[in-house]
Amino acid sequence: MKQGPAVPSRARSNGLPARELRALYGRMLLIRRVEEQLGRLFADGEIPGFIHLSIGQEAVAAGVGAALEPRDTAASTHRGHGHAIAKGVDLDRFFLELLGKQDGLCRGRGGSMHVADLSIGMLGANGIVGAGLPIAVGSAIAHQVRKTGAVAVAFFGDGALAEGAVHESLNLAALWKLPFLAVCENNGWGEFSPTDRQLAATLEGLAAAYNLPWTDVDGNDVEAVTLAARHVVAEARAGRPQVLECRTTRVRGHFEGDPQKYRSTEEASAMAARDPLAIAVKALAALGVGEASLQPEAAEIDARIAAAVARARAGALPGMAQARAGVYA
Amino acid sequence: MAETRFARAINQALADAMAADASVILLGEDIAAPGGPFSVTRGLLDKFGADRVRDTPIAEAVIVGASVGAAMGGLKPVVEIMFMDFVTLAMDALVNQAAKARFMFGDQTTVPMVLRTPHGGGLNAGPQHSQCLEAWLAHVPGLKVVCPSNPADAYALLRAAIDDPNPVIFVENKALYAMKGELPDPPPSDRLGVARTARPGRDATIVSYGAAVHTALKAAEALARESVEAEVIDLRSLQPWDEAAVLASLARTHRLVVAHEAVEAFGVGAEIAARMADVGFDELDGPIVRVGAPFMPVPFGKTLEAEYVPSADAVAAAVRRTLA
Repeated sequence: MKQGPAVPSRARSNGLPARELRALYGRMLLIRRVEEQLGRLFADGEIPGFIHLSIGQEAVAAGVGAALEPRDTAASTHRGHGHAIAKGVDLDRFFLELLGKQDGLCRGRGGSMHVADLSIGMLGANGIVGAGLPIAVGSAIAHQVRKTGAVAVAFFGDGALAEGAVHESLNLAALWKLPFLAVCENNGWGEFSPTDRQLAATLEGLAAAYNLPWTDVDGNDVEAVTLAARHVVAEARAGRPQVLECRTTRVRGHFEGDPQKYRSTEEASAMAARDPLAIAVKALAALGVGEASLQPEAAEIDARIAAAVARARAGALPGMAQARAGVYA
Repeated sequence: MAETRFARAINQALADAMAADASVILLGEDIAAPGGPFSVTRGLLDKFGADRVRDTPIAEAVIVGASVGAAMGGLKPVVEIMFMDFVTLAMDALVNQAAKARFMFGDQTTVPMVLRTPHGGGLNAGPQHSQCLEAWLAHVPGLKVVCPSNPADAYALLRAAIDDPNPVIFVENKALYAMKGELPDPPPSDRLGVARTARPGRDATIVSYGAAVHTALKAAEALARESVEAEVIDLRSLQPWDEAAVLASLARTHRLVVAHEAVEAFGVGAEIAARMADVGFDELDGPIVRVGAPFMPVPFGKTLEAEYVPSADAVAAAVRRTLA
């Protein structure tokens, strides 16, 4: 993304300079606007299958993404659009994939739940809850054996915490001192049920049980996430695997079209007060960056998305012969 | 030429692959310091170090899932699952991750991993340590499945499996570990998907794999005393399997028996029989007969297990049926 107009690089004590916070805001806004567009395309029937939006959780993807280096790898979830965008996925090929087109990132074979871009270390969204952790652990093993100096990150929701593979992964990462970071996006919901009906433990307790340092952060404050992520990524890179728990908000349903009869109106208004974009706007204002000065960036984002959508709509559909060419057994 | 045990041939294949390629690593329960429950990996820790030969916790889901991630990250993991029955604990990693990654990510990555695992009876190990589950895995697009019957094939096919850019399940019949056979020097190289004629014959074809090849050979010997010359085809590779070789043999003999240790119903034999009933219909002069274990859990008791595992008598009787 191009830089907007020059802004003062004044920083609060222990905070981020305005320039960095502004870039993080821009990254969150890109994720938000992409997902809002996906929601419209899905409602209009242009996206096959089903999609899970991360609206309200953008600060986790943007903050952790900002703490990663290009060589670092990340395994994502079914709610993974933000992670892919934060890692730097090509927006044109992203939309082509979501629309099931031949030139999509996965040649139209994967879709929303399998967006991957190995060229930037994006190991893929995953349709199986918790399955990203063993894959990230394996990626961390590769980093350790090959001495790449890179870190492997696994994003997962609190809904994954009851999955056995998650526990096996935390144990192995700790046991082998892997360059591994587990990032839990705790939004209080595992699909259609609240966390307290699914989990007898807490992630803090689980991390302690596996001898893993646990860091708790307001997952809707992108500045706090970024600062925490920088610390835990550096620790993980030094062979001290970490758990980062980000308290966040799933504004939409489990999937687009979810009637959400299981949620209260009180929760909706509480979530609105914690909107990560609004929090960042407020923080920027305190640093002397007014909301009006953010407009050019928003317009640029909208234009980029519109162009990507236009290209995706015009993209060719894959043929069965092309899909079958990817079959080896 | 040197006489080598089956387990030793696998050990040598692992050692040679690791010496040839620094990206090959081994993962598994008790494979490093203890040398493996069947001593297959003995000595490899000393040769290659703890970074590349790793004792894992008893946690099959993450062992296999991490192998997928490691394979996508530039390594060639060879993971051992102590008994094939335990692949049940790693089915997500195998079926949803390893088998799918290359396809669903649009060919951006391959998953060059091998999962070695022993199957089969003979140890009275009971219902949870004796199963032959290879048909499950052969049913999943994206997994290759290999099952050798002798030391030379074990060596060559394991080297080929490790060199393969895709996930390969390498199935070792426990009853074969102590088997001796010739391992040529230099050892053979081969590719996956090619069957071998274990015994030529003109009257009937017996298709088999793994330890059941030896059962088929015994049956062929017995039949020869009745002047019936059975041809034994050792599939060696189940996914992909050598349809052309089976069809060519059928075209010579016009009779077909498929024999394996796995339960008969819904098995590898069903697939082969169905294909041959289709593409080989004009060649058939008798019914295609399958020989497999009965449709029941593998029983523990000595006499029960002995009766459970398909015998040479059963295979010979099946051949006689096709000739009747």
